[in-house]
Amino acid sequence: MAELRLPAPPRRHLLSIADLERADVERVLDTAQSLAASLDREVKKLPTLRGRTVVNLFYESSTRTLASFELAAKRLSADTMSLRSAGSSVDKGESLKDTALTLSAYEPDVIVVRHPSIGAPQLVAQLTDAHVVNAGDGKHQHPTQALLDLYTMREALGRLQGLQVAVVGDVLHSRVARSLVQALGLVGARTVLVGPPTLVPRGIEALGCEVSYDIETIADADVVYVLRMQHERMADAFVPSLREYTTLYGITPERVRDGQVVMHPGPMNRGVEIDPRVADSEAALVTDQVRSGLVVRMAVLYDLVAVGSVGSDPRGLSPAVSLEVA
Amino acid sequence: MLVARNGRSDSLTLEGRVLAPAQGIDDSLRITITDGVISSLEPAAAGSLTIAPAFVDPHVHLRTPGREDEETIRSGTEAAAAGGYCAILAMPNTEPVVDSASVLCALVERAREEAVVPTGFMAAISKGQHGDELTEMAELAAVGAAAFTDDGRPVVSAGLMRRALRYSAVTDLRLALHCEEPSLSRDGHAHEGAVAAALGIGPYPSTAESVMVERDLSLAESEGRSIHLMHLSARESVAALDHTLASGAPATGEVTPHHLVLTDEAVRSLDTNTKMNPPLRSPDDRDALRDALRRGAISCIATDHAPHARQEKDVPFEEAPFGVTGLETAFSALHTHLVVPGILTFETLLERMSAGPARAFGLVEPRIEVGARANLVALDLDAEWTVTEGGFRSLSANSWLLGETLRGRVVKTVADGRLVLAQDGRE
Repeated sequence: MAELRLPAPPRRHLLSIADLERADVERVLDTAQSLAASLDREVKKLPTLRGRTVVNLFYESSTRTLASFELAAKRLSADTMSLRSAGSSVDKGESLKDTALTLSAYEPDVIVVRHPSIGAPQLVAQLTDAHVVNAGDGKHQHPTQALLDLYTMREALGRLQGLQVAVVGDVLHSRVARSLVQALGLVGARTVLVGPPTLVPRGIEALGCEVSYDIETIADADVVYVLRMQHERMADAFVPSLREYTTLYGITPERVRDGQVVMHPGPMNRGVEIDPRVADSEAALVTDQVRSGLVVRMAVLYDLVAVGSVGSDPRGLSPAVSLEVA
Repeated sequence: MLVARNGRSDSLTLEGRVLAPAQGIDDSLRITITDGVISSLEPAAAGSLTIAPAFVDPHVHLRTPGREDEETIRSGTEAAAAGGYCAILAMPNTEPVVDSASVLCALVERAREEAVVPTGFMAAISKGQHGDELTEMAELAAVGAAAFTDDGRPVVSAGLMRRALRYSAVTDLRLALHCEEPSLSRDGHAHEGAVAAALGIGPYPSTAESVMVERDLSLAESEGRSIHLMHLSARESVAALDHTLASGAPATGEVTPHHLVLTDEAVRSLDTNTKMNPPLRSPDDRDALRDALRRGAISCIATDHAPHARQEKDVPFEEAPFGVTGLETAFSALHTHLVVPGILTFETLLERMSAGPARAFGLVEPRIEVGARANLVALDLDAEWTVTEGGFRSLSANSWLLGETLRGRVVKTVADGRLVLAQDGRE
């Protein structure tokens, strides 16, 4: 009888929170927690991804996401390479398809993609043998942001199940909001989207959240999650003025109740969607979010490369392998 | 005016179940065609083929002149032959736009060399399709324009639309309208609803179509003119058309196979072959379109065959152009998805693909009778075939059906007395 050969499991990617299940989210958050503990030591580097290559392919400006992916890969001892569209052959009109094929020829283990167009990471995933991580595609998804936000909430409040989260502001243009609503739904938290009617898309409730146009709604929330007013994505005037937006929806100290925490994915427009007194207050977890970003992205890289390489369940539901700590 | 390449008419016989719903024929017959004309209809034993009046497609993009890498008159009409069509109407949104007699005459000449299936060319309503000035409609009509349209773009100005309706009365041609209010559809790439909201795709609401449909029906009614509404997608547009028809005013409408079969759920795949203008809409919209087609309020099935080069569709969703091909798959797709499950009768499908569109544009209806030019399609309803990228006669393969296995196949097409397709349906 011929030897039984199992087909290789399909490549795992992190393209959208919609592809994940609760167990996937919890595994990544738990891995991030172990990594955080190991980083509390003097030598902040783990050998886990030694000899592996992580390519960051960024078609949109980014400070914290790119820095955090670069550092995450380095802390895991991977070789990293970052390509920005400016100054590359993209400037010369190379298509995303050809850039993806070119980079794949170097056989990277992971390609991290940020792109202004929805579905760009999916397209790259179809063309490469590498694991693809979506670092933000248009207004669609930013899954690692949602995971780091969940991690931050869990660290600050000790739980996710049953949390009430109010996401305030420009939902229409926000990939962060879309990912976050789906991720919160997976872990049993409840979300209400609060913003002006012109910045809350019709049909968004189908993601499993409520919608309110009244800022008073945030009083019931454990977490007030403030979205950035995205001037750069607004061709049209969706609100009459930023002044009126701030009057109606700006997060001021008067609107934050005791015991609430305030989060913001950055970069903040101080004085627009968030009052500087709130941004600098004890309630604000903004720098915690940045710190979480590093460990969560390490956990994501680890989960895709190290867990994936041991022939785990392609859906990523296998128990996490214990971390090798240097 | 329809044009095809010069050549001899054919003589042949076809045998099977002959079904011509518009004429009330449903019988087993042998059809003898002599020099392109049906010369006799005789009783015959029931065969495996179904023979019907060939199809008419009032909405095809042949991409010529300007984008002959995507489609030529030859490849596009070969695709039409493969789809069972005996007549097609080509859109004028080419490079250059068909907005002058000289461009139109050049196309007609080319069609006399290349067109496998009789082809009519629509001319633009406005010069350059810019929506500012009317084209020379009388001259365009004199050199053979089939109708007027700015398809691909709406006529944004109500004033120009009213003027086009009034002035086009100097011809006996109709206006075919692409209804889209650009201030509502701007940055829109998918139907406004849960799917677009979840994916973050710019919304293209139903009202972007329906407010323009309502405007144009109102203008046409007031001018006493008839208009043809292209590629309807929204139930609000159907309601507006129903309202006009109920008042006794004339208007016709068309719907595409993809709007009859798919909904915006298909967009979740982010497959760029689910991106079209107007966009795929909700199940309620699709059901309203099916119902209007059944009732005859929408009397035409039009493919809106829109070939695109592979590199233009191999990009992220929002960057991709709108449009899918359809000539070679329309019958099989609708037979599979609407007739086999019992949503639409076979007879209604045949009527809406043939007599309906012919009547809407004043073309000769394909008929099965002794003395008529032969315009026939032979169908193998049991044949199953899989849509593959390599299987198209069209130069483009941007089909929403790639990889799908369909039931029912066109095996022979006779267009204006010529056998333009003959294939083994069980290959």
